[in-house]
Amino acid sequence: MPVSATNSKVVYDAIKAAGVRLVSALPETWLVHLVRLADEDPDMILVRLAKEEEGVGISTGAHFAGLRTALLMQNHGFLQSINGIASLALLYKIPLLLLITDRGTMGERDPWQTEGGKYTRKVLDALNLVRDELNRPDEVRGKVAKAMTLAQSSLSPVALLLGRDLMWEEPTA
Amino acid sequence: MKRIDCLRAIYPELEDCAVVTIMGAVAAELYSLGHRPNFFYLEHAMGLASSVGLGIALSQPERKVVVIDGDGSVLMNLGGLTTLARYAPRNLVHLVFDNEVLLSVGGGAPGGFKWFTTATSTGSDLAAIARGAGIRRAQLVRELDDFTEAALDGLKGDELTCVVAKVDAEMPASFLIDVHMLENRFEFARALQRMQAKTATGGTT
Repeated sequence: MPVSATNSKVVYDAIKAAGVRLVSALPETWLVHLVRLADEDPDMILVRLAKEEEGVGISTGAHFAGLRTALLMQNHGFLQSINGIASLALLYKIPLLLLITDRGTMGERDPWQTEGGKYTRKVLDALNLVRDELNRPDEVRGKVAKAMTLAQSSLSPVALLLGRDLMWEEPTA
Repeated sequence: MKRIDCLRAIYPELEDCAVVTIMGAVAAELYSLGHRPNFFYLEHAMGLASSVGLGIALSQPERKVVVIDGDGSVLMNLGGLTTLARYAPRNLVHLVFDNEVLLSVGGGAPGGFKWFTTATSTGSDLAAIARGAGIRRAQLVRELDDFTEAALDGLKGDELTCVVAKVDAEMPASFLIDVHMLENRFEFARALQRMQAKTATGGTT
């Protein structure tokens, strides 16, 4: 499996270290290990969604109840969640840690990912969301911690794009 | 059957619950019965009230969570019913007022909302959909006594419960909610966390 198990673990450990107790997710290839790690962790509540926008509502409820959460989604799942982000998270000042796989960018082989990939950053910027990218394992823990800190202090969604160099290991021919 | 009568019938039981309502008539009528800090009126993001309720129910399994939804909102997040069923929190009661129209949109003229029918007006059965989604305790009620019994059973019970109540498509007496959205959001979170702290310490104060 060319999805990086090692780096997925680095991301998962960073989420845990940031105090996350509930993770919502919708399956996507790059997220396979992260979903598995959350599923196997007895201290983590994993909510498997039918559609990503639900995760905005679930994280809102968890925030009201005092829990920190993270949302795992593909960039197309982010695009699918826009009204929830605008009309719930931004309108009501809800902190969200959005971990978004950055599909459809340089190196993408799946033709169907290539269109949405062109808009991910533009849509994040249109929503005025602070964003950063995770491309190297050594930067993951610090950036996840800082993103969570900013989400909590600004009471706003903050996005981290999970990059190809971090999540995908090209098989050596 | 009128929404307000249904709400009145369960209102005394909501004191220790986390209550999440949709926007519009449902929120305004619950507010009119007397606002409490443990009531959250989700004034937008149609469809997500049940998701917010699920997030609370999973985070505070000891707290009873009541989601007061509507047909238009549920139809916007049918997938959410499958997520509810999948995790089946025993502490969640999902009440759905089905008036077969998007009433609170208004329509810009007296009775204009009558042009904004939902698919429940042509036969879509939300209780059957909920059951099909995997929510075992899901029923349709048309009479106030049946609603009250089913809702109170859910509130006192220990199983995910969905009650779909066919109600009249009537505007509320007023849409006034004199609590700002953000004020409501912060007081609601504070109420839940204060209630949680009390439960955790077993305190009585």
